[in-house]
Amino acid sequence: MKLTALTLVLTALVSGSASAQMTINGAGATFPYPIYSKWFDEYAKVDSSVRFNYQSIGSGGGQKQIIAQTVDFGASDGPMTDENLKSAPGKLLHIPTVAGAVVMTYNLPGNPAVKLDGETIAGIYLGTIKKWNDAKIAALNSGVSLPDQEIVVVHRSDGSGTTFIFTDYLSKVSADWKSKVGTNTSVNWPTGLGGKGNEGVSGQVKQTPGAIGYVELIYAKQNKMPVAEVKNSDGVFVGPTVESVTAAMATAQIPDDFRFSITNPAGKDSYPIAGATWLLVYEQQNDAAKGAKLVEFLKWSMAKGEEMAKQLDYAPLPQELRERVLKRINEIKF
Amino acid sequence: MATAAVPTSVLQLRPASRFGDRAFEWLTFAMSLGVVVLVILVGWQLARGSHLAITKFGFHFLATSTWDPVAEQYGALPFIYGTVVSSLLALIIAVPLSIATAIYLTELAPLWIRQPLASGIEMLAAIPSVILGLWGIFVMIPWLRAHAFPALKAALGWTPFFTGPIYGVSMLAGGIIIAIMILPIITSVAREIMRSVPNLQREAAYALGATKWEVTRIAVLSYAKNGLFGAAILGLGRALGETMAVTMVIGNTPQIKASLFAPGYTLASVIANEFTEATTDMYLQALFEIGLVLFGITILANLLAQLLLKTMTRKMTTRVAQ
Repeated sequence: MKLTALTLVLTALVSGSASAQMTINGAGATFPYPIYSKWFDEYAKVDSSVRFNYQSIGSGGGQKQIIAQTVDFGASDGPMTDENLKSAPGKLLHIPTVAGAVVMTYNLPGNPAVKLDGETIAGIYLGTIKKWNDAKIAALNSGVSLPDQEIVVVHRSDGSGTTFIFTDYLSKVSADWKSKVGTNTSVNWPTGLGGKGNEGVSGQVKQTPGAIGYVELIYAKQNKMPVAEVKNSDGVFVGPTVESVTAAMATAQIPDDFRFSITNPAGKDSYPIAGATWLLVYEQQNDAAKGAKLVEFLKWSMAKGEEMAKQLDYAPLPQELRERVLKRINEIKF
Repeated sequence: MATAAVPTSVLQLRPASRFGDRAFEWLTFAMSLGVVVLVILVGWQLARGSHLAITKFGFHFLATSTWDPVAEQYGALPFIYGTVVSSLLALIIAVPLSIATAIYLTELAPLWIRQPLASGIEMLAAIPSVILGLWGIFVMIPWLRAHAFPALKAALGWTPFFTGPIYGVSMLAGGIIIAIMILPIITSVAREIMRSVPNLQREAAYALGATKWEVTRIAVLSYAKNGLFGAAILGLGRALGETMAVTMVIGNTPQIKASLFAPGYTLASVIANEFTEATTDMYLQALFEIGLVLFGITILANLLAQLLLKTMTRKMTTRVAQ
């Protein structure tokens, strides 16, 4: 009796390893982790012969790992620099997947709807606008009673794609910001407190009267935080939504290598502080079988995966961009 | 028959058991050597990982205050300052509390309450760092900002240490969180040391007509002084490297301010914060060098402590000899 049971188990093990699943490994950005894990779950139903293993170790790690070829694909919230691309052993492709917005959240008595523009946000984060009733903020918010209160500036302390998008936007709208601070995943902040992660920033903002901070749209939405409308380059105040981010991608100038920035784009419906996230794959795949499966998955993500983005509050790529990306996916050789 | 067989077999086994002894000696030697080798390897790896940054910035890395990943200018001074100050604050808060607790637990408390209380304190060590950090953000910081800090400012605002705007997140908050984290270790080591004080000491003091406080002071504390100092150093070692909870309450601003209400930054925090998203080589190298500096400070603190301990013991023994 025992023997039969043992044989059964053994047979199961052997047959299990005979139809061995292929595992495709990826690593990188944390921001898109929820949507990627959803995609991998759903894709397991489409093709059970392949399993995806994704480690959200951060964009820096994702770029390092794909350059070192320890993973089959990388992921990053910011496009790679020319220098990093050159250090890769082969040609790396950027495959944009979804986008997210960075929202301005605040803590004021009664939390009135506040409107801001790029110059004002830059002034606040440079420390030149110090009070909520500053003339520059008041000019954008007629009818809102702004208190005579110090602005407590809160920013991310950990390196993050969110900070990259935020500082990229400020560098575009403010020459002062560009020359004094610049764009990166962490910067030398002229003022303010550092909170770790979205939860650190929002915790700080919620508890500190007069605070302002920036967090991901998803985080603000799920935690029902007050968010500011921001003036876009067409002079319209737009609130951060999935639609206004997709609109920003539709009007942004997107080059053929897909290393684009969608901050401060044209178009009256565009929310100006937004950014995409990318998968990084080699144009020439080393492992033909894996390459084929990876390409199949990427095609599926453009066709079906994008439709799931909205449920998780990510902005899907606009249709026209999806087609361009698909064309590039078809050029992957294996 | 059987009883007689035992000694002969032991005799026969002698050479074999000697081999066993030697093997055991070698094994333990190899293991203790392994620990030392590990420390050296860690240091070497950190130095190797940061050699570009070391050659580029040289001594400036330790002496300048700008941390700018955009311009690739890195200076570690505010982080070093933050690590040292927050750890010292933690010691100032934790050591008296721990020693008082240990005195109560070994000298004063009724017997039945000692073990449960001691276990309760050790339980504090089991709370994960990140949980303490969250408690710090959502419970401690609002309380500090609304009650404790304004009171401190009112009472001690005339000193430079308690001035400026109160955000809650601050160097002092970081020090308090670390103090909570190192309390259990200092307390339990201090307790063990006081328990090892021979009862003869206490009895002698009592015989001289000393009160409870005098017995504790003369017989226990002065006898256990070196051990208690060691307990504090153990706490300092842990305080220097505390990361997660500190990161969540210290404000993460690389600056050097006299006021303890101002936010600060520590070496461990900047590594935890920026390592994952550091994309350029020099950036990563600078973070490695931060690790090397932290490693160096920890070793230096331990060496200094040992030196101090040695001079303390020497003084004591010479005094006894006289």
